[in-house]
Amino acid sequence: MQDTADHEARLSHALGRWGAEGHRLLQLLHAVQTPSGYLAQDALQDLAQRLDLPLAHVRGVASFYSFLSTEPVGEFRVLFSDSITDRMEGSAELLDRMCRRLWVEPGRVSDDGLVSIGTTSCTGLCDQGPALLVNGRAIPRLDAARVDRICELILGREPVSRWPEQLFVIDDVIQRSDVLLRQQFPPGEALAAARRLAPAEVIAAVTRAGLRGRGGAGFPTGAKWAACAATAGPERYIVCNADEGEPGTFKDRVLLSRHADLVIEGMTIAAYAVGATRGLLYLRGEYLFLRDAIEAALERRRGAGLLGEWAPVPFDVELHLGAGAYVCGEESALLESLEGRRGIPRNRPPYPVTHGYRNRPTVVNNVETLCAVALIMLGGAAAYRSVGTQESAGTKLLSVAGDCARRGVYEFPFGVTVRQVLQAAGAGDAIAVQVGGPSGTCISVDEFDRTVCFEDLATGGAFTVFDRRRDMFEVARNYTHFFAHESCGFCTPCRVGTSMLARVVDKIHDGHGSRHELAELDQLIAALGKGAHCGLGHTAMNPVRDTLLRFAPAYERRLASTDFAPAFDLDAALAPARRMTGRDDPAAHLGDAS
Amino acid sequence: MSGTFLLDGVAVPFVAGQSVLQAALAAGRYIPHLCYHPEFRPHGSCKLCTATVQGRLVASCTTPATADLVVQSNTDELREIRRTLVQMLFAEGNHFCPSCEKSGNCQLQALGSDLGVTTAGFRHYFPDRPVDASHPGAWIDFNRCVLCELCVRASAEVDGKNVFAISGRGLTKHLIVNAPSGRLGDTDFEVTDKAMGVCPVGAILPKRVGFAVPIGSRRFDLRPISAQALDDAPRPGGRPDV
Repeated sequence: MQDTADHEARLSHALGRWGAEGHRLLQLLHAVQTPSGYLAQDALQDLAQRLDLPLAHVRGVASFYSFLSTEPVGEFRVLFSDSITDRMEGSAELLDRMCRRLWVEPGRVSDDGLVSIGTTSCTGLCDQGPALLVNGRAIPRLDAARVDRICELILGREPVSRWPEQLFVIDDVIQRSDVLLRQQFPPGEALAAARRLAPAEVIAAVTRAGLRGRGGAGFPTGAKWAACAATAGPERYIVCNADEGEPGTFKDRVLLSRHADLVIEGMTIAAYAVGATRGLLYLRGEYLFLRDAIEAALERRRGAGLLGEWAPVPFDVELHLGAGAYVCGEESALLESLEGRRGIPRNRPPYPVTHGYRNRPTVVNNVETLCAVALIMLGGAAAYRSVGTQESAGTKLLSVAGDCARRGVYEFPFGVTVRQVLQAAGAGDAIAVQVGGPSGTCISVDEFDRTVCFEDLATGGAFTVFDRRRDMFEVARNYTHFFAHESCGFCTPCRVGTSMLARVVDKIHDGHGSRHELAELDQLIAALGKGAHCGLGHTAMNPVRDTLLRFAPAYERRLASTDFAPAFDLDAALAPARRMTGRDDPAAHLGDAS
Repeated sequence: MSGTFLLDGVAVPFVAGQSVLQAALAAGRYIPHLCYHPEFRPHGSCKLCTATVQGRLVASCTTPATADLVVQSNTDELREIRRTLVQMLFAEGNHFCPSCEKSGNCQLQALGSDLGVTTAGFRHYFPDRPVDASHPGAWIDFNRCVLCELCVRASAEVDGKNVFAISGRGLTKHLIVNAPSGRLGDTDFEVTDKAMGVCPVGAILPKRVGFAVPIGSRRFDLRPISAQALDDAPRPGGRPDV
């Protein structure tokens, strides 16, 4: 009953904050859920009624996002980050330790309803992992002592808001700065420089500077802006994509933490250039800890006359929080999510520049792209263009993690070789680097002279290093499960194919793989690469494809010598029966081992 | 705007607003498809209609037809992808054609037959999906749902009822019914609804008439889906002589 009263209070507060509007459904669900992320049936029903939406629609939206749960979760919901680097640093053992201390199985709620423990996709803390989220708040640098401390706090039923602050301290580790990160300027200066130009001249300058989207795809920013500015309007939007979900990357987290003004200034310049009056910043749910500081920066800028309806550039920004869905980093899925729906990538054409947020012309830019815009306004297009390579102007922020001495953010001019980055990070023993995260490219030692730029190794920023202790098959297996977990399920090849890919890789892992499985992998790789609806599906097979090509022995040594081996293991299937009867003697086992 | 584009080397006329698939069907040229229905906006989710347009693989149902496009559909590569997609759908759900009353009228079965899919190939998932028989006139066998969302769209756009929606993500994605109980019998669904007849497979079925037309003399028993789909396609100039 207490919980019902709580949810009614949360509902009325949420409706006061966001308004009873269907397109704000995701933000309302965030606000209505319990602190640990549970949405009870009556909460969904009340919300559906107040918004005049079908209950099934509300339920469908809630079920899409990992951080919203329509099934009961513990009063404390613990989610261990399951990035490959977390794994390499012992996250599975720490999860096991916590489960044993708290007497709960992974993925289940404890009998007293106190706690549930599970895993979640990369939380963007790979330079200070292993990490976890407890009721949405991130805790980095886990070790046995920290896990034990967390267990004590949970067992003492201490509300997370009263946990010691030092548990939640996130460091901004910047290992190398170049033109962008070195930039120190008073808020408003880049905007003032932009306003000395006509809007069309701003677009021309961004085009001349050769700026390309930093999310990884590298679309020319100037062309995107020009297309949006050329629309009839009347209302245009600037959306900042701060849904940094690619496993292994965290540079946007550091930019938002250290340079929020630069990001917002970039958005304001974009608004001036294309004639937008409203902006939305979509912050991934994992970065909840940044929300208050960004809101404060927005408020500061409103106070300083740099933002708001009456500012010289009439433009304001609203912060929306994601809820655990990697696919929302795809720009049209992000727009769907901003409109309060399931994050399904749209059919294109039409493109967001003409039909974006709420069907209005919209520019969607990455955090780093917007920072670069401010830099171009301050330093000029020619200076920016002079850094980098022919096709890739400027610098790139790399999130370096994994097996190296110095993890953190590195800003390098485009064209830097993988070897140079490895040297800077103190990774002398590397056998492989995953450039651009699982959706990017996995390269091996003989390719370390390749360069980071759009002409060669394009990357959204992840740069994950593996040394000779690592089994690249296990790396690919972790990434493949990531895609299966994050597929939105819209199209057949990705919905079924990512899951099948994970299942085949698991079968090989379990020692039941044969030539048949390798042929099946080829079939699935073709279906995903050729048939999938969006970038997620088109790249979901990259980890398997790249490691098959470069680390084939890691697969081959696991294969049975036959043409086909069944996945079904009769002895393993008898395990529940053995558990129930309390037997584990040789006569209770089948197979060759006995 | 109107004009022609090349489909497998043959000129296909189109009018403004038509997608490549729509124009092809109207011109009597078949491209396999499942989630597309002539009375609804193209959805682009099943990907069976994938074709090579200007060298890129795209869903032909959502790709606008424009003049002088070069489209390939009838190639070994595309037939192989389509077979894989049909196999994926068979492995994902529980499709037992011999015991299904939609047999012979089922588009998934007919596509499989047309494309030469004889087994699911992949390991089956055998999901646990209870049947909903709570409605007096209709029943839902979720085991056979292929997530084309035609019922979702028909109920929202034609019936104005929003009886269906989609829940979950990835492989857990599934069809749900808009009632607190989640049961069809607790909605205002009627057997005369558009959402009733639009299901391409045996997921939403009317009760008591399952075998009124005997198996062996049903739609796709008489003609393959590649011929039947052309009859169903709307044409600007009315029905051509078949």
